[in-house]
Amino acid sequence: MKNKIIEEIIERLIYLSGIIAILFVVLIFIFLLKESITFFFETNFIQTLFGIDWYPISEPPKFGLLPLIMGSILVTLGAIVIAVPFGLAAAIFISEVAPKWLRDILKTGIELLAAIPSIVLGFIGIVVLAPIIKTAFDLPSGLTALAGSIMLAFMAMPTIVSIIEDALSSVPKSYKEGALALGATELQTIRRVMLPAAFSGIIAAVMLGIGRVIGETMAVLMITGNAAIMPNSILQPVRTLTATIAAEMGEVIQGSLHYQALFGIGLILFVITFFINLVADMFLHRRKA
Amino acid sequence: MIKKLSIPILILVCSILLVITGCSAGRRAIQVKGSDTMVNLAQAWTEEYMKINPDQPVAVTGGGSGTGIASLINRSADIALCSREMKKKEIKIAEERGVHPFEIQVANDGIAVVVSPKNPVDQLTLKQLSDIFAGKIKNWNQLGGPDRKIVALSRDRNSGTHVFFLEHVVKLQKKDQSREFASDVLMLPSNQAIVEEVAGSLGAIGYIGLGYMEKRLKAVAVAKEQGSDHVIPSNRTVLNGTYPISRSMLFYTNGEPEDNVKAFIDFVLSPAGQKVVLSMDFVPIK
Repeated sequence: MKNKIIEEIIERLIYLSGIIAILFVVLIFIFLLKESITFFFETNFIQTLFGIDWYPISEPPKFGLLPLIMGSILVTLGAIVIAVPFGLAAAIFISEVAPKWLRDILKTGIELLAAIPSIVLGFIGIVVLAPIIKTAFDLPSGLTALAGSIMLAFMAMPTIVSIIEDALSSVPKSYKEGALALGATELQTIRRVMLPAAFSGIIAAVMLGIGRVIGETMAVLMITGNAAIMPNSILQPVRTLTATIAAEMGEVIQGSLHYQALFGIGLILFVITFFINLVADMFLHRRKA
Repeated sequence: MIKKLSIPILILVCSILLVITGCSAGRRAIQVKGSDTMVNLAQAWTEEYMKINPDQPVAVTGGGSGTGIASLINRSADIALCSREMKKKEIKIAEERGVHPFEIQVANDGIAVVVSPKNPVDQLTLKQLSDIFAGKIKNWNQLGGPDRKIVALSRDRNSGTHVFFLEHVVKLQKKDQSREFASDVLMLPSNQAIVEEVAGSLGAIGYIGLGYMEKRLKAVAVAKEQGSDHVIPSNRTVLNGTYPISRSMLFYTNGEPEDNVKAFIDFVLSPAGQKVVLSMDFVPIK
C-alpha cells in the first residue's frame, strides 16, 4: 500500500516535470512576444523584415532585418555544406568500417569536440583561421562568413556524426546481412542499403546540425566581422542575428524601440529553430514508426 | 555521462556559493558596473582600495556603458562606469524611476586611430577620418597612400567608444547628423580584436583606447581641421586638450555619493587613485 502511494507520487512528479519543461518553452515564447510586439507594430512589419539598412542607434533608427537574416542563413549554409559530407563520412566509417577499438576512440574524440567552448573556437578562428583565409583568397580582411562557417562546422559535427551513427546502427542487422549474402560488396551495401534505410535519421541529423549552428553566438561574433551588409559572397563579412543581439544588448536603453527590436530578433530566431527542430523531430519519428 | 553528472554538480556549486556569500555577508560590496574600456581601470582602483580598506569589498563587472547605466537605473549597481555621457533618453528614464544620476569625472582617455606601421599614411584630419568611416573614401591612394582598399574597423554598438567615435568623428561633432558608419565597416567585439586585425593587415584602420596602444600599431596624427596642426595622441596631448579625439571617463551614482561609496570615490579622485589611472595608461584628470 505504502509503496503504491510513493509510486503514485513519483509518477505525478515526473509528469509535472514534463509539463514544466513545455511550460518554460511557452513562457519564453510569450516573454519574447511581449517584449517585441510593439516593435513589430510600431515599425512596418514588411519593411522591417525586408529592409536592408540596420542602423538601430541613428536618428531616425532603421531596423532592416534582411542583412542579418541573410547573414545567419549564409553562415549556416556554409557550415552545413562543410559539416555534412565530413560528418556523413565519419559516421559511416565509425559505424560500418572501423574496428571496435578505433570506433571507441573516434566516438569519444568527436563527442569531445562538442565540449570545446565556442569562445575558444572563436579565438582560434581569429588567430589562426582568419589570417589563412585572408592570404589564401587575397582579401582585405579574413573576418568573413567563410571563417564563421568553418568554425561552426566544427560545432555541428558532433551532433551530425552521433545522430547519423545512431541511425545507421539502428538499421536492422538482417538488411545488411541480406545484402552481403546476395553478393553485394561492403561499399555497395552501405550505399544502396544502409544509407537509404537510415535516410530519415540523416535528414534529422542535418536539421539538428542547422539548429545548433544558427543559434551559435560567441564564435560568429568574434570571426565574421559583423558588418551589416547584404552578402553576395561567402568571402564577405556578415552580421548574424545572434551576434547582433549579443553585441547590442549591452548598450541598449531598456524599454526603447531598439531594445524591443533585439527581442524581435530573438523571436525570429526562436521561430526558425522551432521549425527546424520540428522538421527534425518529424523525420526522427518517421524512422521509429 | 557528463549530462548525468551536471545536475548534482550544479547543486553542489550553488550550495558552495550560498555558503560563501552567506559567510562574507558582513558588509555589502559596492557594486561597480559598466564600460568595458574602464573595467580594468576600475579593477585596479579596487585592488588598491582594498589594500587600505580590506573590510570594504568592491565588486567590478563590465558589460558596456549602457549596461552600467541600466544597472544604475535598476538599482543593482552603486556606481555606473561610463565612457560617454548619459543620453537624454537615459536620464529621462532614470528620473521616471526615481533615480537621479550624479556625474563624476574620474579620468581622461584619448582614442587613438591606428594603422599598420607599414602603412605610409601617418596624418589625417577629422574630416578625412569621417569620410573613411562613412564610406566616402575607400582607397588609401585618395589619402596619399598606396593603391589599396581601406578596411575600416569599428567597435560594436555596445561600446561607449563606438558611440563617442560616431558622434565626435563620423558625425563631425554632431554637425552632420546624416553621416553614419558605412554598412561595410567591420564591427569587432573588443579593443583587442581591433589591435590584432590592424597589426596583421596593411589596409586596415581602426580606433582604440590609448591604453591599448602597442608597438605593432602606428597611431595616426590627427588634425581638428584642414590647416591646423596634426597631433599624435599621448598622455600630454590628451591632458592639454590639443589631441582632438579625447573624452572623459565618468562615474554615475544615484544622487550625490554617500558613506562607503563616497569613501571609494574620494580614493579614486585622490593622488593615489590618480596614480593608478596613470599606471593603467589612462590620463589623470589633473
